[in-house]
Amino acid sequence: MNNESIMKENVHHLKDEEVNLLLNDLLEQYGYDFTDYSFASVKRRLQRVFINDRFPSFAEFRYRVRWDSSYLTYLMEQITVNVTEMFRDPAFFQVLRREVLPVLATYPFIRIWHAGCSTGEEVYSMAILLQEMNLLHKSVIYATDINESVLEKARKGIFPLAYMQQYSQNYLQSGGQHDFSQYYAANYEYAKFSESLSEKIIFAAHNLVTDRSFNEFQLIICRNVLIYFNKELQDKVLHLFSESLEQLGFMALGAKETLRFTTVAPLFKSVAQKEKIWRKIAT
Amino acid sequence: MIVSIPRTLVIGGSAGSLDVLLQLLPSLDPACKLAIIIVLHRKSDNDSLLSDLLAARSILPVKEAEEKDLLTAGMVYVAPADYHLLIEPDGTITLDYSEKVNYSRPSIDVTFMAAAEVLGDQLACLLLSGANIDGGEGLQQAQEMGAVIAVQDPTEAEVAFMPMHAMSVVKVDRVLKQKDMVDWVMSL
Repeated sequence: MNNESIMKENVHHLKDEEVNLLLNDLLEQYGYDFTDYSFASVKRRLQRVFINDRFPSFAEFRYRVRWDSSYLTYLMEQITVNVTEMFRDPAFFQVLRREVLPVLATYPFIRIWHAGCSTGEEVYSMAILLQEMNLLHKSVIYATDINESVLEKARKGIFPLAYMQQYSQNYLQSGGQHDFSQYYAANYEYAKFSESLSEKIIFAAHNLVTDRSFNEFQLIICRNVLIYFNKELQDKVLHLFSESLEQLGFMALGAKETLRFTTVAPLFKSVAQKEKIWRKIAT
Repeated sequence: MIVSIPRTLVIGGSAGSLDVLLQLLPSLDPACKLAIIIVLHRKSDNDSLLSDLLAARSILPVKEAEEKDLLTAGMVYVAPADYHLLIEPDGTITLDYSEKVNYSRPSIDVTFMAAAEVLGDQLACLLLSGANIDGGEGLQQAQEMGAVIAVQDPTEAEVAFMPMHAMSVVKVDRVLKQKDMVDWVMSL
């Protein structure tokens, strides 16, 4: 985790032009467009990969990216941020439990989209909420990410056992009243979450930059993804979400994300300011 | 493009650094032309107590940094709990929820390095009291890129480890006692 700290003076610092060359390769060769991503974040993460994988020169790094498609899968996972936890920000899940899901409960069929779901911790958290409110049987959760290898992990529903204590605490703080350990089977170092949770989840690749709306939802959750996009791309993605929401549907963003200064702001009404939940009131 | 971004001071601190800031901020001249970014280690709760506390004492306006804030001279930005703070080439702030660095998020190294990438010699870095190795490597890289770097005098720091560690990995430009900090900041 702290590989940054082995950086020494003689390590090559990627130049802005080199980062741009790589981003151009990713776009031309593979169709992944990072040009509207936070440059500072992408550069930092590429630098980290460059150091961790001990490339002797930028040219060799670039060659590997261009000609080794299996390396690409790994690189994509490294460039995008895949840090997540179950019931992260318990207050957010508490509001879902108390204010959002009771509204969704009145629908005959519930469709939820987790955009940028990464390794799936929040998706399983949602499935637990739905199950506890006896709504999972009439729900379907679409969980999407740009990155196929994190989706593969998400599908398995297997997370390190060492994290369960923290997740259990988050769960209780979010208003959970059961024994959290009933949701997984512990096996050596891992916790495998129950298949009764995952059978209503559809994991699929979706690229927010290039792909379109694929359904209408009553709730879209996309937390800590937009912070890596520039203003134009944020706007574009928020319009995609707006188009993918039913009237009066809910949208939830990350703790530091906002609709202020975006062109969709007039279409939404805040329902939980601190927890960053809005409701679509216009089209 | 760099000319449009104000000269920037990044202050990093951990255990024992809050008091230093609470003495420094009220003494800064309102004519200060720096953008100031404060990166403090603290518990990863989701409130803005720290920026409120600093704002109550500061002459310069203080705000918790929000994504896409444009660095502005005379403003003090506080990195929010549980996010790293990065600087974009256009002088805006990006918040980043990636892995902890040195067991910390926000990490001081991360902001020192990200700021140095963009600001070069338009950057100054100050590392205060703390019990962590965070900041040392960032100071080193910032100096390579032309920044002025300083640490709080370890003999005065409530927890000497962090500035001492930094001094062991990089030759700092200044070792500052509390009483000299205001003049140093105003001289930047």
